[in-house]
Amino acid sequence: MAALNDEQVMLRDMAREWADNESPTTAFRKLREAAPAKGFDPEAWSTIGQMGWAGVVIPEEFGGSAFGYLSLGLVVEQLGRNLAVSPLSSTAVAATAIAMGSVDGAKSEWLPKLASGEAVATLAIDEGPNHDGKVTTSASGSTMSGTKKFVAEGDGADVFVVSATDGLYLVAKGDGVTVSTRKMADSRSHADVIFADAPAQKLGGTDLTQAIVDRATAVTTAEMLGMAESAFEQTLDYLKQRVQFGQVLSTFQALQHRMAKMKTELELMRSAVEGALEAIDAGRSDVDQAVSLAKAIANDTLRVVSREMVQLHGGVGMTDEYDAGLYLKRAATLETMWGTASYHRDRFAKLNGY
Amino acid sequence: MATAAELDRPTDTLDAFRQEARAWLEANFPQSLRGKDNAMSAVDGPTEETAEQKQWREAMGAKGWGVPTWPKEHGGGGLSRAEARVLGEEMMRIGAWNPIGGMGVMMFGPTLLEYGNEAQKAQHIPGIVRGEVRWCQGYSEPGAGSDLASLQTFAEDKGDHYLVNGQKTWTSGGQWADKCFALVRTDKTQKHAGISFLLIDMDAEGVETRPIKLISGASPFCETFFTNVKVPKENLVGREGQGWEIGTRLLQHERNSLSGGGGSQGRMNQGEPIVSIAKKYRDVDADGKLADSDLRTRIIKHEMDQRAFALTLRRAALEAKGNAGPSAATSVMKNVGARITQDRAELAIEIMGMQGLGWEGEGFSNEELAQTRTWLWGKAVSIYGGSSEVQNNVIAKRILGMLDHQ
Repeated sequence: MAALNDEQVMLRDMAREWADNESPTTAFRKLREAAPAKGFDPEAWSTIGQMGWAGVVIPEEFGGSAFGYLSLGLVVEQLGRNLAVSPLSSTAVAATAIAMGSVDGAKSEWLPKLASGEAVATLAIDEGPNHDGKVTTSASGSTMSGTKKFVAEGDGADVFVVSATDGLYLVAKGDGVTVSTRKMADSRSHADVIFADAPAQKLGGTDLTQAIVDRATAVTTAEMLGMAESAFEQTLDYLKQRVQFGQVLSTFQALQHRMAKMKTELELMRSAVEGALEAIDAGRSDVDQAVSLAKAIANDTLRVVSREMVQLHGGVGMTDEYDAGLYLKRAATLETMWGTASYHRDRFAKLNGY
Repeated sequence: MATAAELDRPTDTLDAFRQEARAWLEANFPQSLRGKDNAMSAVDGPTEETAEQKQWREAMGAKGWGVPTWPKEHGGGGLSRAEARVLGEEMMRIGAWNPIGGMGVMMFGPTLLEYGNEAQKAQHIPGIVRGEVRWCQGYSEPGAGSDLASLQTFAEDKGDHYLVNGQKTWTSGGQWADKCFALVRTDKTQKHAGISFLLIDMDAEGVETRPIKLISGASPFCETFFTNVKVPKENLVGREGQGWEIGTRLLQHERNSLSGGGGSQGRMNQGEPIVSIAKKYRDVDADGKLADSDLRTRIIKHEMDQRAFALTLRRAALEAKGNAGPSAATSVMKNVGARITQDRAELAIEIMGMQGLGWEGEGFSNEELAQTRTWLWGKAVSIYGGSSEVQNNVIAKRILGMLDHQ
């Protein structure tokens, strides 16, 4: 854990407590069963708004607390531990786009509502199954047209931050916006969104797009960190109670060494993830590198931990009744979202000139 | 909030210390020694000190900055970790280096400060702080490697002294050392509880060292033989039978310094970036990218690992909040550090091809010959100081609470 100030420690502990008491994985299972159209539980989202978590990266003048991305990451990490469903990450990052953007009217119109959890915002960036930076969506004057795929929280969003060839735009749900639901392995909201001459306001150029995508990626790695830590702890607990060959599994050296290696990778993952969030808060010029480092390492580590969670649980790890499968499926989705490990290694290499 | 980024920015107090350190270093570091620290001195052995080297060592010794975070009462610098970091940065800025190091500083000193009596501290600490006395480690034996507690070297109680007989191995720098901190058996009936921590003069009668030649060529390692060596009773640290406890504490300090957590000793990541070596020896495409995409990927993975490790060392320093003592987490760091060191060397010789496997003589640059030695020498880092497997046992048992097989 990074060196945290008192407010951050409080924020983290509150988020952990809420996730453990109010949003354990059983809450995710209930939501999966109920399958609400918006993809999330409005009551839980409203609570998150009241607790101020949606406003953590929103400036104070618009109702937020401006605690920064490390703080947001702490909350997202705790929610990630329990697979808590909420449009928090998407809304917070989209809010940053609005706050950093050049449309003053949009700030006063949207930011207070996003900070309080009254509204949901999200990013509509990718146009294919992999995040690769390619954009064909075009804007002309005050409208835009194009199709965005796998938009996280697309089903429940009130407003979209959309990438076009020349930069980033704001489009409210309504005329010219069609949302079609996708059913995916992680049972979360990933909608396709078609924009057809939808009214749009320009927030900024492609530099802003990149800055926002980097923030979204960093926040995603925080969720992955929470998942990896929790998947690891659950596996460790299981090994400590499961008896085979008359021995508790955790006494076998082969398994001890596998766990020790994963623990080692988790330490590196935490440093890389916190490093990216801190780079954003410090306004460093190498945020892009720090983010690619975090995502590549988070992908590799969460992959190992989530797959080992199934393997080390044995047969029961394959059953829907146990949580291992839930982590496996969400992990694979987040590994893909905002770029695979290969994508980020390549980007990191290019940024370093090799 | 003290984020990693903010650590780079001088705060008021650190800024004052930075000015002080800068002024002192500029006044005392002989410019002719700039960048002339010999990172391989541990392997090559000590060379005769020049007048300037002596002057620099004595200046640092008197200031206590060779052991910056040790308490002032024992001749240390009494600096906080943050101040020690600043000192390191200021030294790097002018190409200065710490002339005081070795096992006395990294392992024995901190352990003696914790377990030694006042007379022992008064006798041994000043020589370490001033870099005047060289220590070696008498732990491993031919039959006691990873299973260290099975050691057999026996110290027989002869009333006013012990009579020591046995053989140690892998005594790094044994041939150059003045003194040895050794684990010896004082009781043959108990495994761990029969071990004691004893200080032995290397020039005492009956001590003999024989250097061991390694796969990388010459080495600092020795076999050390003790034949009827008389050791005064006052050289026992702690109680008889407390040696295992003291010895494992010392190993934590060793791991801490090997993992880079000890601060100034973290040399493993220095040197030319692996990618720039690759661009010299391998094809580059029209965009300036390495043409071999598999190699490129592996180099990037290595660089990312290294970057994440640096961030982790930094995070550990921040979290420690002034508590410099080693913990079980140092096992994590030691294994990552070893992996990165070895990955780097393996990548380097692969990149250089046959040119990276030279042994001696014509046709190879000094850098290329050094690469061969570095690669082979690097195989030791996952073995010494507790092998990677032993560290994984420590992580599993002490951090994760996984139990022994019953």
